[in-house]
Amino acid sequence: MKIHLTSVFVDDQAKALRFYTEILGFVKKHDVPVGEQDRWLTVVSPEEPGGTELLLEPARHPAARTYRDTLVEDGIPLAQFAVDDVEEEYERLSALGVRFTQKPVEMGPVTTAVLDDTCGNLIQIATRPQ
Amino acid sequence: MADDLFRALADPTRRTILDELAERSGQTLFEICARLSMRHGLGISRQAVSQHLAVLEAAGLVETRREGRCKFHDLNTDPLRHIAERWPVPDTPEPEDGTP
Repeated sequence: MKIHLTSVFVDDQAKALRFYTEILGFVKKHDVPVGEQDRWLTVVSPEEPGGTELLLEPARHPAARTYRDTLVEDGIPLAQFAVDDVEEEYERLSALGVRFTQKPVEMGPVTTAVLDDTCGNLIQIATRPQ
Repeated sequence: MADDLFRALADPTRRTILDELAERSGQTLFEICARLSMRHGLGISRQAVSQHLAVLEAAGLVETRREGRCKFHDLNTDPLRHIAERWPVPDTPEPEDGTP
């Protein structure tokens, strides 16, 4: 068994696609219309085009709002992405206007930071485990 | 006020939280929990950390503010002045211990 796909709920799929590709640097993998307004929309890392896909799922379900709002209030990230250098990525993303709820902190063997994806979620970045 | 302050400071975990907030003010609950666990090996539940923060807040040592949808915790050391007012610290340093 392996993790093929995981998802985050997003307020607006078009906006999410822009943030995840233009700002974070992922690439679009699947974009299939589903129903009248939704899309099966996934992105992958350019470093691993065949790797785990991230589904940008519409957060239309009423429970999704409560779930995300409560976690965001306490600063809890819903996904973690690996980067080579958290400090460098923090500088790059901050320059692009990304808001961090946690600036880089050394946490034992890893450095982590938490950013706002502007679509309703907090995302943690961490140094890639060696 | 003074009793709240001394009670808040009496607990080692709460003092550690203050140490971490002194290093960087403005932390989410998530960051405080992560710091306690990763840097101090304190495996405390989020609820317990929330309760510690409530005690620190009641003593005025921690203040919370909302920014967007997130809640941040800031350190406020002003209440510590009560200690120095109760047991004043001399302004002038002790004379140098140079004379025999």
